[in-house]
Amino acid sequence: RGKPPARGERLAGCLAAMAALCVEELLARAEQREAEPHRSVAVQKELELEFDLGNLLALDRNPPRAAGAQRESRLRSLARDNTQLLVAQLWGLPAGRAEGATGPLVAQLPEPFYRLPREKPLPRPRPPTRWEQFARLKGIRRRKRTSLVWDEAAKQWRRRWGYARAGGDPARDWLIEVPAGADPNEDQFAKRLRDKREKVARNEFNRLRNIARGALPGRGLHPTGHQSRAELGRATQVARVSTASLGRFQPRLPKEPAAPPPRGGKKRRFEPLLGDLAAERSRQLELLRGLGSKKPPLDLTRAVNKQLREEDAQAAKGKGKKRGQRGKRGRQRPGGGKGKKGGARRQQQRPAGRKRS
Amino acid sequence: FCFIDRTSTSSDCFKKPKTKRAKRFLEKREPKLTENTKNAILIKVIQKIPNPYLFFFRKNITRPFEDQTSLEFFSKKSDCSLFLFGSHNKKRPNNLIIGRMFDYHVLDMIELGIEKFVSLKDIKNSKCPEGTKPMLIFAGDTFDLNEEYRRLKSLLIDFFRGPTVPTIRLAGLEYVLHFTAMDGKIYMRSYKVLLKKSGCKIPRIELEEMGPSLDLVMRRTHLASEDLYKLSLKQPKICSAPYMFFNTEPVLK
Repeated sequence: RGKPPARGERLAGCLAAMAALCVEELLARAEQREAEPHRSVAVQKELELEFDLGNLLALDRNPPRAAGAQRESRLRSLARDNTQLLVAQLWGLPAGRAEGATGPLVAQLPEPFYRLPREKPLPRPRPPTRWEQFARLKGIRRRKRTSLVWDEAAKQWRRRWGYARAGGDPARDWLIEVPAGADPNEDQFAKRLRDKREKVARNEFNRLRNIARGALPGRGLHPTGHQSRAELGRATQVARVSTASLGRFQPRLPKEPAAPPPRGGKKRRFEPLLGDLAAERSRQLELLRGLGSKKPPLDLTRAVNKQLREEDAQAAKGKGKKRGQRGKRGRQRPGGGKGKKGGARRQQQRPAGRKRS
Repeated sequence: FCFIDRTSTSSDCFKKPKTKRAKRFLEKREPKLTENTKNAILIKVIQKIPNPYLFFFRKNITRPFEDQTSLEFFSKKSDCSLFLFGSHNKKRPNNLIIGRMFDYHVLDMIELGIEKFVSLKDIKNSKCPEGTKPMLIFAGDTFDLNEEYRRLKSLLIDFFRGPTVPTIRLAGLEYVLHFTAMDGKIYMRSYKVLLKKSGCKIPRIELEEMGPSLDLVMRRTHLASEDLYKLSLKQPKICSAPYMFFNTEPVLK
C-alpha cells in the first residue's frame, strides 16, 4: 500500500545493511593484514636498541633466540628486524637533496658517539720559540713578504729566493772589496764561506734547542706491557724525578739498589756519627790490614798495564781519524811521557806477563 | 697551527724535511686533533702448500702474542694502526688475530678461531660496491656484560666502520654487518640491503645474504691496561674560539 516499512522491518533492513558493511570491512581488513607482513615497517622488541647514527651503528641488548636447527633463517630475521629499526632511525634524520632538486636524497649524519681509541696520542701544543717569545714581548707582528723583489742591478722584478733570485747572480761574486778595518791578507771569499757555515750551524743549533725545550722526558713511555728493562728503568727514573722536590725525598722501593752518590755537589757530605756500626768496624779493620801488609799501596804493575791499555785504545781511535797527525803524536807519547813511569814500564813489562796486542 | 706536534722521542724530529713532498708525508703521520682514517695491515702466514699470494710480512711476524716488536715496526713503517693476522697450525687451527695500535704500540689483540667460513665467492649473487660504508649491528647482551666481548665489539667497530662522513646518501645504504653473540660464539653475517616500498616514508627492508659469513670463537686476548686504554680514549677539547697565534697578539703593558 505504500505504507513505510514497519519498525521491525526497518531494523532488520538496517542490520542487514550493517552486516553487509561489516562483512566488507572485515574482508578489506583481512586483506590488508595479509599484505601487511610484506610491507610493514614495525618491529617489536623487548628492549629498545641503542643507536649511534654517526657510525651507522645499532646495539641490540635482547638475548638472541636463534639457536637450534633453523639458526641461519632466525639469524637472518633478527638481522632484518634490527636493520629495519636502524634504517627507520636514519630516515628520521634531516635530509636534503644534494646537487640541486633532482640530486640523490642525502641525510645529515650526527657526530659519531661511540668512543673509540685514537690512533696516536693527542698532539701537545709546542712551546713558543725564543724568537716568538721575544716578538710577543716587543709586539712585533709578522709581515707578509712579497715573493718578487726589485733587483737594481738587473733592473727587473726577480724572485726573493730560488732560481734567478734578486741579488743572487753568480757573476757578481768575482770581486769582493776588502772592508776598511780588515786584514789585507785575509781571504775574503773564504771568510764569506766560513760566515755562511757558521750562520747555518747556529740556525740549526737554535732549531734543536727549540725542539729540546718542547720535549718532555716522559714522552713515549707508554705502559705497553712488554717494555724492555732499559725502558722500565728510564720510566722509573722519570717517575722518581717528577715530584715537586725533584725526587730528593723519594723513598727507595724494597729491592731497589741504593741511590748513586750525588756527584758535583759543592756541599760536603759527612756520614752520620752513629750510622752503620758494622760498616765502620769493617772499614777500620781494612785500614789496619793495609797498614800491616808489606805490599806497596800502589800496584805498579796494574797501574802501568792500565795506562798501556788506555794508550792502545787512544791509538786505535786515532788511526781511524787523521792518520798522519795522530800517528805522530801517538809515537811521541811513549818517549815524551813521564820518565819514571816509562822506565818502570820497560822493566815491568816482562814480569807482568801481559802481552801487548 | 700551534697544535702540530713536532716533538717525539724518535730521531725523526731532528731531521728537517728537504722537500715539500717529504714535509707533507711527515705531516700526514703526525698526531693530529682530527685523525686520519685508520688503515689496516693484513698478514698471512704461509703454510706448507706454496701459495701464490705472498705477503711482504710473512717471514718476519710469526707470533704476535709472543713478540710484538716486528709487528710494531711494520705498523710504524706503513702508518697502519689496525692489523689482521691469519695463521693455521695444529694447536690453533684457522686462527685469526685482530688487533689495533696506539702510538705504534699494540693496544688490544684478540685471537679468534674460525669454525665455519663461507666466502664471497661461495654465495653467488651480486655484491655491493667496494668501499660502501657498512651498517654495523651487534646483537646479544654478552657484548655489554663481558669485558672481553666489549673490547671485541670496540675493535670490530674500529675495523669495519670506514671513514667518518658528514652526510650519507640514503639510497646507498646497501651493506650491513650483523654480529650475534650466542652460546659462546660470535656469528658474523654480511647482508645486502634491499629497500622495498612500504606504506609510509620509511622503506621496508629485505636482506639478501651476500658476503663472507664467519662463526668465530674467542681464544686468547691481550687487552691493554686500564690507564693505557683511558689514555688512548682521550679526545681533544673542542674550543669555540679560534686559536690566536703567539706573535700576532701584542702584549699590552
